[in-house]
Amino acid sequence: MYAYLFRRVLQAALILLGVSFITFTLLYLVPADPARQIAGRSATAQTVENIRVQLGLNLPFYEQYWRYLTSLLQGDFGRSYLQKSEVGELIAARLPASLLLMVSAIFTELVFGVLIGVVAAIKRDSWLDKVLMVLSFIGVSAPQFVVGILLLYVFAVQLQWFPIGGYGTFAHLVLPSLTLGVLGAGWYSRMMRSSLIDVLTQDYIRTAKAKGMPSVRVIFRHALPNALLPIIAMIGIDIGFFMSGIVVVESVFGWPGIGQLAWQAIQRIDIPIIMGVTLVSACAIVLGNLVADLVAPFVDPRIKLK
Amino acid sequence: MSVLKQLLARPLALFGFLIVSITAIFALFAPWLTPFAPEAQMFDGLTIEGAPLPPNAQFWLGTDLLGRDLFSRLVYGAQTSLIIGIVANGVAVSLGAFVGIVAGFFRGWIGTILMRFTDLMMAFPALLLAIVLAAIFKPSLWIVALVIAMVNWVQVARVIFAQTVSLSERDFIVAERSIGASSPRILFHHILPHMVPTLLVWSTLGIATTVLLEATLSYLGIGVQPPIPSWGNIIFENQTYFTSAPWLVFVPGGAIVLLALGFNLIGDALRDILDPTLKGKS
Repeated sequence: MYAYLFRRVLQAALILLGVSFITFTLLYLVPADPARQIAGRSATAQTVENIRVQLGLNLPFYEQYWRYLTSLLQGDFGRSYLQKSEVGELIAARLPASLLLMVSAIFTELVFGVLIGVVAAIKRDSWLDKVLMVLSFIGVSAPQFVVGILLLYVFAVQLQWFPIGGYGTFAHLVLPSLTLGVLGAGWYSRMMRSSLIDVLTQDYIRTAKAKGMPSVRVIFRHALPNALLPIIAMIGIDIGFFMSGIVVVESVFGWPGIGQLAWQAIQRIDIPIIMGVTLVSACAIVLGNLVADLVAPFVDPRIKLK
Repeated sequence: MSVLKQLLARPLALFGFLIVSITAIFALFAPWLTPFAPEAQMFDGLTIEGAPLPPNAQFWLGTDLLGRDLFSRLVYGAQTSLIIGIVANGVAVSLGAFVGIVAGFFRGWIGTILMRFTDLMMAFPALLLAIVLAAIFKPSLWIVALVIAMVNWVQVARVIFAQTVSLSERDFIVAERSIGASSPRILFHHILPHMVPTLLVWSTLGIATTVLLEATLSYLGIGVQPPIPSWGNIIFENQTYFTSAPWLVFVPGGAIVLLALGFNLIGDALRDILDPTLKGKS
């Protein structure tokens, strides 16, 4: 167990090192001059040169990467080129908003996904099942910005039930969570349906039915817990989708999280911020996968850690 | 029964097939189906106040913020979506299949390196990676296609890797090896044919993912650049009008959903038909 844990953590660390290297290389290749941007249009060549030296942008590639990596290990993400503040602080200030949105979106997609999946599985091959599965297909085929703008138009502009955008109250949270949750609800309902159908055809369910147990109890006491396993395993793996999703959803709804931060930074080519958000997202993804792997054997004793 | 016949016998797959066919006809015959050129700014295309026109007899779906015919832009946008969908996904599936088969068949250090690299790629949020790549290369139609391919090949590689590994250990491959068959022979005569169903399914399902990613990148302003129309950048350009002229956002939005849905429906049915072990599952 501990040997496995140690190996997985080491692997995760190596992956993060690789992520930092690839991101740094990519951003090194971006054909924009940060020194020129900081200095402004009217700056002299000498000023631009001074800034370049100050930021270490005149150093060879490997030295720049080394400087970046060593300060990163000390918890220093560097300074934003344009916002004149520490990237670490910028991200820390916006992380709670993104986490709130993610948790509430995961809740949304689980509730809708499991509910739709269970109903579809129980009513298998009925018209209700077919309608629900077509709906889930539409859910996975709709780009998040279209869903977001549609919800905004219907519920904020026309019906005025919710605010158009922003952050602060529960009402602000509803539409962004729904937008982010629709995609996952589509996938989870399909997974839930097939997983429950699978379990319902197994022998122990037939035994439970044969001894006269009411079917509600068979489904909720015996089938559902086992059918939920693959869904739970997926949540950790799906962190990556959320990390992509928040960039879009936060920019549609003006939600002040790290997705919006990244989006603003990309438009101004503020490289330290882009690197910071990418690394934080990668950490979340690697961590999510690690937790999914570690939790799996506890949820399902048939899975052994290798 | 041939695969195509089985496919068309399913109502949902048939519906998907219809959507994709209609989009393809629009894309192929765009110059003959459109009343105006997609870039043409019409003299009478805006109201006196300079706002877009609602749908009318002259402009079937109305005009956009620059007084261009939305229907014509939408039809040409089908070209963009399909070209990127097919090219980007084609590259992604080929690259993924190549990496997966090589890593799964030869294993050893080359397999380890390739699969560790795919692990690494999995740790990137796909959209952020695509955004960074799009920022490095100035986005043109082909660059956007390549950027999407660079992000999407990873999934295919992992699936094909797992299948190749399990296939390589099967008795008939071991037997083939023991009678002295060369690696290329085993690869092309025995491994690759077994991958065809999986690759076919990914070739359709992947186009749906690609269409969505292209639309998202273009919506964020870093995908296909105006004046080339793409369903994503039509929404990007017109979103400030979404309260007064909602059709400018929801008509192209609906087109994106329909096309992605079409490919998803076909891909899902294909998976059911081609993989009997999955019968009835998602």
